[in-house]
Amino acid sequence: MAEQTEGQLVEQVMEAAQAGSPLAITGGNTKSFYGREIIGTPLDLSGHRGVVEYQPTELVMTVKAGTPIQEINRELDRHNQMLGFDPPRFSPGATIGGAVAAGLAGPGRPFYGSVGDFILGIKLLTGRAEVLRFGGQVIKNVAGFDLSRLMVGALGCLGVLLEVSIKVIPKPEDEITLVLEHADEDDAVLAMNRLATTPLPITSASWFDGLTRIRLSGSRSGIRAAKSEIGGQQDLNGPAFWTGLRDQTHGFFENDQWLHRASVASASRVFCKEWPQLVDWGGAVRWGCFPGDNREFSRAAKSADGHCCHFRNGDRTGEVFAPLDAAMMRFHQQLKAAFDPARVLNPGRLYAEI
Amino acid sequence: MTVNTQSLIKLFRSVLPAKSVISDRAALRVYECDGLSAYRQVPRLVVLPDSIAQVQGIMAVCQEHAIPIVGRGGGTGLSGGALPHQDGIVLSLAKMNRVLEINRLGRTARVQPGVRNLAISEAVKSLGLYFAPDPSSQIACTIGGNVAENAGGVHCLKYGLTLHNILGLKVATMEGDLVDLGGESLDSPGFNLLSLMIGSEGMLGIVVEVTVKLLPIPKSAKVIMGVFDSVQCAGDSVAAIIGQGIIPAGIEMMDNPAIRAAEDFVKAGYPVDAQAMLLCELDGTHEEVDDQIRLVREILSANGAVESRLARNEEEKALFWSGRKAAFPAVGRISPDYYCIDGTIPRKSIGEVLTEIYRLSEQYQLRVANVFHAGDGNLHPLILYDANLPGEFEKTEELGSRILELCIRVGGTITGEHGVGVEKIGEMCIQFNDAERNQFHAVRKCFDPGQLLNPGKAIPTLARCAEHNAMHVHRGELPFPELERF
Repeated sequence: MAEQTEGQLVEQVMEAAQAGSPLAITGGNTKSFYGREIIGTPLDLSGHRGVVEYQPTELVMTVKAGTPIQEINRELDRHNQMLGFDPPRFSPGATIGGAVAAGLAGPGRPFYGSVGDFILGIKLLTGRAEVLRFGGQVIKNVAGFDLSRLMVGALGCLGVLLEVSIKVIPKPEDEITLVLEHADEDDAVLAMNRLATTPLPITSASWFDGLTRIRLSGSRSGIRAAKSEIGGQQDLNGPAFWTGLRDQTHGFFENDQWLHRASVASASRVFCKEWPQLVDWGGAVRWGCFPGDNREFSRAAKSADGHCCHFRNGDRTGEVFAPLDAAMMRFHQQLKAAFDPARVLNPGRLYAEI
Repeated sequence: MTVNTQSLIKLFRSVLPAKSVISDRAALRVYECDGLSAYRQVPRLVVLPDSIAQVQGIMAVCQEHAIPIVGRGGGTGLSGGALPHQDGIVLSLAKMNRVLEINRLGRTARVQPGVRNLAISEAVKSLGLYFAPDPSSQIACTIGGNVAENAGGVHCLKYGLTLHNILGLKVATMEGDLVDLGGESLDSPGFNLLSLMIGSEGMLGIVVEVTVKLLPIPKSAKVIMGVFDSVQCAGDSVAAIIGQGIIPAGIEMMDNPAIRAAEDFVKAGYPVDAQAMLLCELDGTHEEVDDQIRLVREILSANGAVESRLARNEEEKALFWSGRKAAFPAVGRISPDYYCIDGTIPRKSIGEVLTEIYRLSEQYQLRVANVFHAGDGNLHPLILYDANLPGEFEKTEELGSRILELCIRVGGTITGEHGVGVEKIGEMCIQFNDAERNQFHAVRKCFDPGQLLNPGKAIPTLARCAEHNAMHVHRGELPFPELERF
């Protein structure tokens, strides 16, 4: 893979903006199934890679956006640190830029924090082919609007990420998974939310097919104490389970049906019982697989103070994310115009109008 | 001015009860400054809405007549973010101070913007929960102000800033919309407008409701004090603790002048001869905390601590903290005035930056006491001065500005948690270039095309920066270096 200089990327965006011809930004091309289907000349970031700066005692790493997550993790491993948001790697080659642009975090999200919670700064290439820096490399920074975190989950529609500075965290000394039996989803959701109201070292909670799994991370002594408090059986395949959940290699996801993701208030009950579901994020995410679009599931998400997206498979030419009301759509369009006036960066990937 | 003040009062009285429109000169004086009292401006009027509908009514009047609006919570901000505009009104959210809903199981609370920071934790304490951000003004500052400034506190390293602890906002915009950003779920469709709104210093909208995340109160929290005869050793200890994989709930550092001032004031038993002192709080389960305390003790002594003391009980813990928490007023006792700086630097530069601050302090002949959140590199140098001496405030501001430039030079930022406001608007010209500042303005116009929300704060105009950079220090070089500056 040829190394790409920033200059080449800037040039490509400048030409596209002048010609008004859309670009489709790619990193490892591992999440092409996510978002709306778009047509555009590929703007490939995979050659723009490498760790720019990493000082373990600062808990901060700055990397070029095309750096594979695998490579970042290898480097972090050497210092016993990790990415707190633990982004999914749907296939090998997933890059940090893609992870930030998609804004997806692993099962530890409710406890460790979101992708945005760990973003400290960015170097951004806008649709006007300007290279701008926002945020920084320190944990506390409130100078100027928070445009770094605005990029998280924007699917590249506001700019091309060139570099990101990320807060990293120490790996826990130990980690175990406990299994509790709950035939009913509501009972499971109630149990995991009750546990989360107590000061225990919980870092994930999921339910599927009658089993609730709770991950505990921290010091050995702390985990031992929490284990006896929570009860249940220890699942020795815990690590594989959480990876399968994060990367969607778990059996639940292995089909061609339309995968829906509902993001809801974590303690919501009675959530569309007719279909089998998988509960993640301590109740705050409910996954469902359906033969086609499922409006009822979307409505249920809305009534549970949340929203639903059509995550993968099926027809993606229409809208896949929850509709925005008129005012929100106006803000989205104005922001798009403020960063990418020629609408050349991933146009339509998030919403048809953006 | 398109509309005179008498007509404006009438217009506001059509959307608010008469008593909620303050126009009396003496009463207006209360609002002439916030926590940065060096800047003062009496507003034209102050309005005190008590409902979302009233907020929207006020904003509609202002939008129609192009009246600038400065939002205000507790008025405790330290960067002049709530400094009134001479042609504008102050919109105080103080009356909107109710906790609307507490969701114990979901660990959230929905509150009005005028609720005090500490009042949230007090309201949920009996449920075993609390709200993590704890700026030192937490008795008086409001959640709306915390959101506007993205306030921090001593526990940021482990629990984050305000932005990490907010799930949703209801925001009234200048164009009359009422939008929900985020909510009870952990994410929302579309762009991350929630993060954009937090820390936007009242320039994108008026926050009328806040949904906060609550955390379980840790079972155990212990505090250990490390005593050092050099600031470098104290700084190295901080890096070593974090390098060992320990994230303390808080880790605070004070230098000798700060230790002395605090000890004189509260008698916390601080080591007055020490060059530096660390306060390290560890929290979690009992077992975890005990393990970590052992480790931290070892690290402190390995890094040259002359002494480490563990607070033996709750009273002693409170005593240890009392000196740190009273550091600002303590410094206030030994100097007629003091000026608080808020730069953040990479932790590795703590020793280097302190040494340079001491040199600058000598050069400017102004005493500096350093108190800071060492864990996240957030410095609060306090410059001691006397506002009654002609020229001394200007000299102080210049020293402050040089300290902030130093922070930028080592890879840090001009404000860690206090915000830019009116105070650091000049330094914004150094931290960001024209294109970056233009991008900020473009974003602002998406939400407030008339630029009526808190004009003149946070994001300097190009003209302002041209002026600033023309007369100003560049890369530490003063213009006319041959002239004495004091």
